Amino acid sequence: MSVRLFFLYLLVMSLVTYLVRAVPFLLFRGKIKSRFFRSFLYYIPYSVLSAMTFPAILSATGSLLSAWIGFITALILAFMDKGLIKVAAYSSAVVLAVDLLIRLF
Amino acid sequence: MGKEKIKERSLSASEAARRDQREGIQDSIPIALGYFAVSFTFGIMGSLNGLAWWETTLISVTNVTSAGQFAGLSIMSSMGSFIEMAMTQFVVNLRYSLMSISLSQKVDEKFRGIWRALLGFFMTDEIFAVAASKDRPVTRRYFAFLSLLPVACWTLGTMCGAILGDILPAIVTTSLGISLYGMFIAIVVPPAREHKPVLMVVLLSVAISCLLHYGPMFQQVSSGFAVIICAVIASAAGALLFPVPEEGGEA
Repeated sequence: MSVRLFFLYLLVMSLVTYLVRAVPFLLFRGKIKSRFFRSFLYYIPYSVLSAMTFPAILSATGSLLSAWIGFITALILAFMDKGLIKVAAYSSAVVLAVDLLIRLF
Repeated sequence: MGKEKIKERSLSASEAARRDQREGIQDSIPIALGYFAVSFTFGIMGSLNGLAWWETTLISVTNVTSAGQFAGLSIMSSMGSFIEMAMTQFVVNLRYSLMSISLSQKVDEKFRGIWRALLGFFMTDEIFAVAASKDRPVTRRYFAFLSLLPVACWTLGTMCGAILGDILPAIVTTSLGISLYGMFIAIVVPPAREHKPVLMVVLLSVAISCLLHYGPMFQQVSSGFAVIICAVIASAAGALLFPVPEEGGEA
């Protein structure tokens, strides 16, 4: 990718991201009235993050096996309410261990 | 809290300013540490996707998003269109609009106009969550100092990851590749466990995501648009079937 193309992507990306944040911040004083729209926005983070995670997580590591084990580790730890950092760190460590074992045997 | 309120009335302007500065920095430290770790992964992914370290670092300092940047990176590396980039950033980051709207009700009277335009740049999930849970109106000074360290660490972590990503062995970098997903899972699972509607939205979104990923007729759909489709359908279904109560939940 050329440097020029990179900067065009960067411009589009950062401008949209900025406007999405700043415009409502500047405009909104009152409360949103539409219950449907408020509900829709309430569910957005969860639907976005889950769609981004699965099934993409299965190809995020060195092998399908380590990805599944890392995924299940993360699910269990998150279910137990361990924080973001612990869930991320332990699932990475498990993936590393599994991939090292696969390489050894 | 009662005591706090009494103290607040007797604070002079400069004392209040110093307190906002001190508490802003204090409250930001855990966010900053977390950001360093996650952005390190982003830096690694940037160099895995063929970007120069300064390019990946520029993405972080101009965007300060997690999901949005990862989505943007995959669009860059697959040479997606600018429309796809714009629409993906819009949908993936749409939640910030809700946070901005929510925080616009909580900031003090001096936090307006140009200050909103400037500081709105720093509206992230974690900075919002901390500011929104503060037990008094959010001042410009507090919000600025709350944002400072996390954004610095987000940028620095990206740079370290992008530079070290080339040096670290592949088996280590690929195992870090799961850490961002781990973080997403840690955000989604606890509320999904507590609230059945959230669980339903999550399951629906994952089901559509799998369909788009594995369905032979959907192979033309890029990953960016796939996220948009999943998010819009699942959230709309959630909003229709399980409208949130009048207070609007905590998102």
